[in-house]
Amino acid sequence: MNALTRSAPWRGTAWVFGKLGFSGRSLVIAIPMLWLGVFFLAPFFVLGRISLAEAIIARPPFTPLFDRAPDGSLEIFASLENYRFLLEDALYRNAYLSSIRVALVSTIFALLIGYPIAYYIARAPEPKRSILLLMVILPFWTSFLLRVYAWMGFLRSNGVINNMLLSMGVIDSPIQMMQTDFAVYIGIVYTYLPFMILPLYANLTKLDGALLEASSDLGASPMVTFFTITLPLSLPGIVAGSMLVFIPAIGEYVIPALLGGPDTLMIGRVLWDEFFSSRDWPVASAVAIVMLVLVVAPIMWLQSVQNRRGMD
Amino acid sequence: MRGWFLPLAVAFGFIFLYAPIISLVVFSFNESRLVTVWGGFSTRWYGELLRDRQILGSAWISLQVAFWSANLAVIVGTLGAFVLTRFGRFAGRLLLTGMITAPLVMPEVITGLSLLLLFVSMELTLGWPAGRGLITIIIAHTTFCAAFVAVIAQTRLRQMDESLEEAARDLGAGPVRVFFDITLPVITPALVAGWLLAFTLSLDDLVIASFVSGPGASTLPMVIFSKVRLGVSPDVNALATIIIGFVLVAVIIAGWLLRRTARRM
Repeated sequence: MNALTRSAPWRGTAWVFGKLGFSGRSLVIAIPMLWLGVFFLAPFFVLGRISLAEAIIARPPFTPLFDRAPDGSLEIFASLENYRFLLEDALYRNAYLSSIRVALVSTIFALLIGYPIAYYIARAPEPKRSILLLMVILPFWTSFLLRVYAWMGFLRSNGVINNMLLSMGVIDSPIQMMQTDFAVYIGIVYTYLPFMILPLYANLTKLDGALLEASSDLGASPMVTFFTITLPLSLPGIVAGSMLVFIPAIGEYVIPALLGGPDTLMIGRVLWDEFFSSRDWPVASAVAIVMLVLVVAPIMWLQSVQNRRGMD
Repeated sequence: MRGWFLPLAVAFGFIFLYAPIISLVVFSFNESRLVTVWGGFSTRWYGELLRDRQILGSAWISLQVAFWSANLAVIVGTLGAFVLTRFGRFAGRLLLTGMITAPLVMPEVITGLSLLLLFVSMELTLGWPAGRGLITIIIAHTTFCAAFVAVIAQTRLRQMDESLEEAARDLGAGPVRVFFDITLPVITPALVAGWLLAFTLSLDDLVIASFVSGPGASTLPMVIFSKVRLGVSPDVNALATIIIGFVLVAVIIAGWLLRRTARRM
């Protein structure tokens, strides 16, 4: 490491930055601040502004916010028409509701599958624990798109599962699994399972083993101990893991597009179609703004829960 | 939770995690075009993949985007993490904290659409970026990857023994020198891990790239998605196997680097 610090590139860079007067604290703060301000924060203002515009056939395909009226005065054009449209059209309402339902069901399944794994890993002795943990994270590193694709080969009517069940004689004709809500649940649970397991694991490793011993010494069965001690104490992990699955699941596009059927309505997909197929940018923006509210609300709630816990 | 239930549930969980990936790899060596019917061992689809100009071209674009996004994300993310862990209170601290963590949970469709609208508005008012393509995808990927780099860098900066930096300061080193001679070398392994994560995330992204790219700049996931939408195809299995192989090697290197520093600290 010493050779690295003494090496010419590090020293050269340090010297150049020093000469530029870069030691100023504000300049260092400015770089991430400006980048994120321009490319993360500003886009939301543009999004909000375009959600108030009207779609027109032109480049760009929406009305400008300011316009010159015929008499030369400046006119501001902004309307809540798109939002009214979202409220009145049953398609959007259903899409929002069904996104929440799909995300909720998937989160529950992820919790049911993830909890035993997290519990088991947290209780495992050391070398085994690290290996199991790595095995949970590993699939997360391989391409998300290809992992969803892998399920297409699994769930198809002539896919692996159906072929297996047919050859074992469990079923006579293939079960329709692709293009159903079931396939979407599987896709979401599969993709986001590590996000459920990791916070649960982090929480369960902190669990004091003495509490469990005390409980069993006092005559409680493992079941009773689990439901009166382990489960309540792991609630913060459950909340954190559930949020990490629920929030991205709401806006999911790829999974319903590949595994879902034509009637699997999810808001991410509606937004995508509104933008790419209908080319209605203002309506797509309004859909995004409402979705943002849906996503931000649970995050704010989580934050307030955590703050309250911090104060206790 | 003792007895047979727990190991069974865990085994089921791991089968659930790995079975689809393993079947994907196995069927990439399948002679038959019918992806799920075994027709004998063959590397035919790998050959076909190497002759597919569309896939090769888009893979090259994706690698370029991932390389530059990872570089920029490490710069932006590290500076953000450094400022938040070492600078104490400053105006806009809360804003920066929010902006650096929010991309982690932001639905991709929202990030993609809002960035595209920003690029279009900027082109109208400033004349830059002229059209969309490689540059706009790199900017978009840098922004969301920086958040992941920042998380890793922040953890490392908090764990790091700050007395090293204090000692350097006491010995008369300026803040720039302390950063480049002490802080940076200590956190470098974490930054390498962050770089690899950013690289993988960028290589993997479909939704954001679809929004902000222009004609002629299709990334690999965009090409795969358009193929896969029409159904299962064996050359995608071959491609998936190659990608999984690369990722495995990268993860092993990253894990080894992180372990090495964890031991040293």
